[in-house]
Amino acid sequence: MDRSVHVFLLNALAVAGLTCASAAFAESADGVGVSADNPQVVDPRVERRDINVAGIDTENFEAGAYIGTISIEDFGSDVVFGARLAYHFTEDLFAEVNIATAEAGKTSYEDLSGSAQLLTDSERKFTSYDLSLGWNILPGEVFFGGQRAMPSSFYLTAGAGSTRFGGDDNFTVALGAGMRLLVTDWLAGHLTVRDLAFDSDLLGKSKQTHNLQVNLGVTAFF
Amino acid sequence: MFLLALLLGAPAFAAERADAVKSVVVKDPYLELHTGPGRGYPVAQVIDRGASVTLVRRRTDWIKVRNDRGREGWVNRTQLERTLTPDGELVRLAGPSPESRLEHRWETSIGYGDFDGASMISASGSYALTQSIVVRADASHLLGNFSNGWLATVGIAHIFMPQWRVSPFVGIGGGVVHISPKSTLVQPEDRTDEAAYAGLGIRGFLTDRFLVQAEYRKFQVFTSRDENEEPDSWTVAFTYFF
Repeated sequence: MDRSVHVFLLNALAVAGLTCASAAFAESADGVGVSADNPQVVDPRVERRDINVAGIDTENFEAGAYIGTISIEDFGSDVVFGARLAYHFTEDLFAEVNIATAEAGKTSYEDLSGSAQLLTDSERKFTSYDLSLGWNILPGEVFFGGQRAMPSSFYLTAGAGSTRFGGDDNFTVALGAGMRLLVTDWLAGHLTVRDLAFDSDLLGKSKQTHNLQVNLGVTAFF
Repeated sequence: MFLLALLLGAPAFAAERADAVKSVVVKDPYLELHTGPGRGYPVAQVIDRGASVTLVRRRTDWIKVRNDRGREGWVNRTQLERTLTPDGELVRLAGPSPESRLEHRWETSIGYGDFDGASMISASGSYALTQSIVVRADASHLLGNFSNGWLATVGIAHIFMPQWRVSPFVGIGGGVVHISPKSTLVQPEDRTDEAAYAGLGIRGFLTDRFLVQAEYRKFQVFTSRDENEEPDSWTVAFTYFF
C-alpha cells in the first residue's frame, strides 16, 4: 500500500516536471518564431495597394467635329456641320451629345412658284441637339495593305433631343449607326448615318418628318 | 551646393511618389496583348512571365502596355491586376467593384420623360452626402405641342435601402420653370415661375457602375396668377456612377 502511494507520487512528480519543461520550451519556441531576426518565409497576407494611375493617361472622353449632308424633309439636302462629345463607360457602352446645324433650302413649291416664301431666313436655320446612348456592337480591324491594321468598331446609337426649325423647337428622336476607325490610339475617324425624327406642322398639317444625315467626322480621345 | 541639395532631394521625392508605378512585372504565364481596347480585338502578341512592361494609357478597362523591345498592345484590367509592382506587390487599378455600389459619391444621368404632357429631356448630377442621402441637380428641356420651356431644380433625396439591388427613394426640391407658349396661341407671353416638387421613385443597379431610375414628381408652380399650377412629371434615367 505504501509502495503504491510512493509510485503514484513519483509519477505525479514526473508528469508535473514534464509539463513545466514543455511549457518552458513552448515559450522559448514562440519567442524565436516572432523575432525580427527570423521572419516567416511566406506571408499569406499580401497587401494590395491602389496604383496611382495619375501617371497614366485615362482617355474615356472623345470630342470632335463632323461635316456631312442632311436631307431636311420637304426642304432639300444641305450641308450639315456638327460637334460630338462622347464618354465611354465600358468597352461596349458610351453616351454622347451631338449638336448639328444646317441651312435649309427651299421646298419644291417655293421653287416652282418663283416668289412665295414659306420661311424667313432665320427660320430656315436648322439646329439640333441630342443626348444618346451608344453600343459598340461589332469591334474589328480594318486592313490597309499587308502591314497595317487599324482597330475599328461599328456602333449603334439611340437617344432624344430637340430640333429648332421653322421658328419652333421640336422633340426629336435620334437614331444612328456609325463606324469608328482608330487611326492612332487617340485619333479616330467616323462615318455615321443618323435619323432625326420629329413631328412638324410647318406645311399646315402635322406629320412626322425624318431628316437623314450622312457624316464624316474626326474625334480625339482625351 | 544647390546641385547637391537637388541630388540629395531627388531620391526622397522619388520615394514619395513610389505609388505612381508605371511599370509592372508579369506574373501570369502570359500577358495577352490585344490589338485594340476591347475583348473583340484579337490577341496578336504575348509577353512572358517575369518580363517587365510599361503602362502607357488607359481607356475604360483596357490599359495599353509596352515592353522594352517596343511591343505594344492592350491588356484588360483584370489580367493587369495579376501583375506585380517592382516592389513585388500586387497591382490594383481603380475601377468598379461590388463595393463601389455603396461607396461611390458622384452620379450623372441622362433622363427621358414627360412633364405635364410635354416631352422632357434631362441631364442630372448628384452627390451622396451619406449612403442614403443624396443631393441632386437636374436641368430639363421641355417640348410640348402648345409650349416649350426648360426646368432647373435642386433637391435632396433619401434612398431607403442603398445596399439593396433595387431600392425605393423619395425626394423634395425646388427650382425654376420657364414656359414659352408657341406663337400660334392666344397667350403668347413667356413665363418664368418658381416651383417646388415632391417625388417618389425606384432605382436599381444594372451592373457595378450603372443604375436605372424611374421617378414620379408632383410639382407646385407658384404663378403670379390667381391659381397655382400642379403639373406632374415622369422620368426614366440612365445613371452612371464614378
